[in-house]
Amino acid sequence: MQQNKPLALRILDGISILLIGITTYLALFVAPTEVTMGAVQRVFYIHVSTAWVGMLGFIAAVIPSIIYLRTKDMKWDRIEVAAVEISSVFFFLAIVLGSIWARPAWNAWWKWEARLTTAAIAELLYFAYFMLRAGIDHPERRANFGAVYALIASVSIPITFMSIRWVDRTLHPVVFGVSKATSEIEMAMTFDMVKILLFAIFAFSIVFIDLFWNRIRLGDLQDKVEQLKLKVTS
Amino acid sequence: MAVKPIRTNRRLLSPLPSSEGKGAGLTAVGGRSSNNFIKAISAIVWKDLRAEVRSFELVSAMLVFSLLVILIFNFALELDIKTRQSVTAGVLWATFAFAGTLGLNRSMAIEKDRGCLDGLLLAPVDRSAIYFGKAISNLAFMLIVEAIVLPVYSILYNINLFQPGLLMVILLGSIGYSAVGTLLSAMSVQTRTRDILLPILLLPVVLPLIIAAVQASNTILAGDDFNSIKHWLNTLIAYDVILTAVAFILFDYILED
Repeated sequence: MQQNKPLALRILDGISILLIGITTYLALFVAPTEVTMGAVQRVFYIHVSTAWVGMLGFIAAVIPSIIYLRTKDMKWDRIEVAAVEISSVFFFLAIVLGSIWARPAWNAWWKWEARLTTAAIAELLYFAYFMLRAGIDHPERRANFGAVYALIASVSIPITFMSIRWVDRTLHPVVFGVSKATSEIEMAMTFDMVKILLFAIFAFSIVFIDLFWNRIRLGDLQDKVEQLKLKVTS
Repeated sequence: MAVKPIRTNRRLLSPLPSSEGKGAGLTAVGGRSSNNFIKAISAIVWKDLRAEVRSFELVSAMLVFSLLVILIFNFALELDIKTRQSVTAGVLWATFAFAGTLGLNRSMAIEKDRGCLDGLLLAPVDRSAIYFGKAISNLAFMLIVEAIVLPVYSILYNINLFQPGLLMVILLGSIGYSAVGTLLSAMSVQTRTRDILLPILLLPVVLPLIIAAVQASNTILAGDDFNSIKHWLNTLIAYDVILTAVAFILFDYILED
């Protein structure tokens, strides 16, 4: 692993920053103002994108866990930690942005409905993951336990979503398709909005890949430092 | 340049490869290895139950804690007759969840502190026998505590809790709780932050179970018929099956020292 950042990564960094800038510009200035909700609806472009990246990351965390448990190669543990870290941050952003939207739209910062509750639980599961890892000193055991807990958590999230869904009807706006009768806020999207939304999702996916690569590189460098420390002190 | 740690190879303990049954255990004289598996599980369960009967450490702690939690809920929730009906299920399940955490913590901590865990790991049995043995004994303790809490609650609040539907829901919920809890307590007992970590790990994972159990219990206590709780029962059973299978598969990976 070379010491300096690879050129491809630097270029990707630049592209990511550019894409975020373009997305913000599009969301704030180019997108048409929505009829029912007004200007606050603009946060939706970033909210959906960050939520999307959060979901991607959680799925991306399951595969390295399984591979790590099979091969015991620490590289996969680093990849898994990177995925969980990034997706928990993005998911948290999605929750915060959702609250910002919710205050004018629903007149409440938070409501205990299906998707929000599941989001809160998923976030708590991943905080628990980090607390578990923080409580273990031995690196191999830490990796083992982390992988095991990540798998248990990812199995329980879909079941959680299903159960909560049955408890109450969803207030969360259904953006694509027919919304349920109980949904108060209808959001009809014009083609312009769809275009900007898709661009935002694409932009944040690139940002995810960039951060993911950076974080994996950071993990590799940390590991290298640990080994050098051991060599020096032994 | 990482040093590869020495992995204890279970196969070293069983020179005779077993072509049948669940475990790579030594084929006992005159017995098949699947028989060994069942024997190992029952040995572990029996050991736990006997140790418990002699000291009553776990059950008494869980019991007293449950009663105290019910007491707290009494003052926290203003349980007059009208609200009582609607919150009984929630109060019961909150009590079981917290008391269950206590029991799981102690159960694994006893194993670790007295070196029993090492002894079990050295024995020539499949790791999953340890998992099932501990899970069954944890389940037994939870059920004992629930069996005492239910009549006490019934008496204190004048509600008949001895309905077959409710008992089945409590059984299914306890099975799932114990299955996941055993795995997670085996993990948390090996960390620095031990007891505190188990509720943090367990409660988010066990939420669908609590949700389904509370909804089903509510419906039963309200007097509705069986059909309306069918999909909650399905959720409970699905959760139990899926999480027990996943926990059983993953248990090997957490005891590899």
